[in-house]
Amino acid sequence: MARLEDYREVTPRGTVDLLVRLAERVRDRRVLHITAARFGGGAGGLARLTELLTELGIQTRWEVVGGDPAFFAAERALHAGLAGAELVVTDAMRQRVLDTARLAAQRIQPAADLVMVHDVAPVALIEHRPPGGQWVWRCHGDLSAPQRKAWKFVRQYAARYDAAVFSLPGFAARLPVPQFLVYPGIDPLAERNRELSRVEIARALGGLEVGQDKPLLLQVGPLDSDRDPLGTIAAYRLVKRHHDVRLVLAATGGGEGLGGERLAAEVQEAASKDPDVRVLDLPDEAHLAINALQRAATVVLQKSIRDGIAPTVAEAMWKGKPVVGGSVGGIAAQIVDEVTGYLVSSVAGAAYALRRLLGTPELVARLGAAGREQVRRRFLITRHLSDDLALLAHLAGPIS
Amino acid sequence: LTTVSPFRFLGCIHLLEGLGRRAYDERELLELLEQAPHGALVYHTYGHFLRHHGGGRPYGNDFAAWTILHARDRLLGERLAVVDPADFGDLELFREELVSIVDDHLSRRTGIPRVDYGEPFHLVQAHVVTVPTGHEARTLGELRQGLAEVEASAVYYHALEARVRLGHGDFEEWLVTALGRDDLAAAVRRVDVAFSALERVRARLLGVFDAALDQEAAG
Repeated sequence: MARLEDYREVTPRGTVDLLVRLAERVRDRRVLHITAARFGGGAGGLARLTELLTELGIQTRWEVVGGDPAFFAAERALHAGLAGAELVVTDAMRQRVLDTARLAAQRIQPAADLVMVHDVAPVALIEHRPPGGQWVWRCHGDLSAPQRKAWKFVRQYAARYDAAVFSLPGFAARLPVPQFLVYPGIDPLAERNRELSRVEIARALGGLEVGQDKPLLLQVGPLDSDRDPLGTIAAYRLVKRHHDVRLVLAATGGGEGLGGERLAAEVQEAASKDPDVRVLDLPDEAHLAINALQRAATVVLQKSIRDGIAPTVAEAMWKGKPVVGGSVGGIAAQIVDEVTGYLVSSVAGAAYALRRLLGTPELVARLGAAGREQVRRRFLITRHLSDDLALLAHLAGPIS
Repeated sequence: LTTVSPFRFLGCIHLLEGLGRRAYDERELLELLEQAPHGALVYHTYGHFLRHHGGGRPYGNDFAAWTILHARDRLLGERLAVVDPADFGDLELFREELVSIVDDHLSRRTGIPRVDYGEPFHLVQAHVVTVPTGHEARTLGELRQGLAEVEASAVYYHALEARVRLGHGDFEEWLVTALGRDDLAAAVRRVDVAFSALERVRARLLGVFDAALDQEAAG
């Protein structure tokens, strides 16, 4: 497991020292993270953040609410509602969320100087807040256009926190508390992002039966309508007339989003007609395979028409790849248009960007290098850590 | 003997707070400019350089970048881009300049298009959380050495943000009060700290200090 010192080699000069000195300001403060489950949602990357905070002398605990299948069904419905879907959140679901929060509060004993409650399902824990400490609701999703009733239910609890944290200002909703902004960072030393040798890349691609004989275009993510995989294939077809390339759609996340199974079938159908289009069904934890694909790619796509924090963009840029991404959500926050990649709003725009890159190899190298530096400064876990420490210093301050 | 008060290098982090206000056209941008707290004016101007370290698009500040990229108004964007908060020494005067530019521009336009395909402008303010770097200087040589070694946010904090916070950079202040080097402070003041990468700002300041140290050594 990587130690804080190991990050010196991959972060900008002085980053680790800054973290150590910032942590000294809040040393021995107690931080408690609470998520619905150990995986998914707000849990992504939290294990590593917890380890690093602990190494920095912050007493950090991570607890999960847990619950039965009915609780997680309610969580999924609320998530979908907050994302704007017209799904029904029943009274029974709401009651299950409240009951689970009550039981979890008894078990967790949520006392700390900073209690950060992640995402929707545990939001009602605020009802069981003990005296002292600052409570922050950490929302990882996009609340810009929620279903009214789902948001009304969540908002009554979210509004009682001392503050909220969103990933982007465009993801925030109207709340009567301060709304801080912290964009998640990727871990450059994790299996998903660490350096790989040519042999490791070749072995991984061999295992996936993806050849390295022609330029590779790659999109990683769920096969749902938000990520527009059919649009990605359409852009590839426009490019294929001029460049002999291969497209790999690495499907992660199980296609549970809007249009899931039907869309996945349409994508498979489209891919079946072209041997240079591969659809790989990969589990989220296939980190080495995804790392190898990203490193083998010539250009990475994330042609979403709606998206959240889209960590695959930072992952690809960290590997020195230019990214062609939909100009939405977290993708637009990460790509600097024409500097680290291209922001596009259509199939035609994606095809143009791809042709420009494939026809100008030096542009691929230049944008890729700029992207890596952009991630080094702004989208690594060390920057995320410094934001979390700054939030702790701002809200809880030093122990007097 | 007099004791020189040391220069203590501070790094900084901008803890960001979304203010829940947004602009969909230039008139709404004008309203945001009129109401923005000082932390937002700093974040959207010099904060641009702390975030991008000079590696982003060359638009100088967020107001100009949004106007060009999202409102698709290059003329206003160019007029906003060149405004340097350090030229005003007071954030209220700086605000007046921005408001005046947008107001003048709008008075000459017949229609104000709304952002259709771009993003609205989101008003964000920065809370500055300072962090001691552990570097201190009591001499010009130590100041030079510290500047060469500190993390880039310290360059930002002392050379850029101080100019809007205090009306002058921290290095100039210390050179005058601690070392009595008004001449060197004037040379530092002449360094253009805006519109370029923080590492370039660091290099320019090191050049000024190196020249002064060479002069001291020569005689």
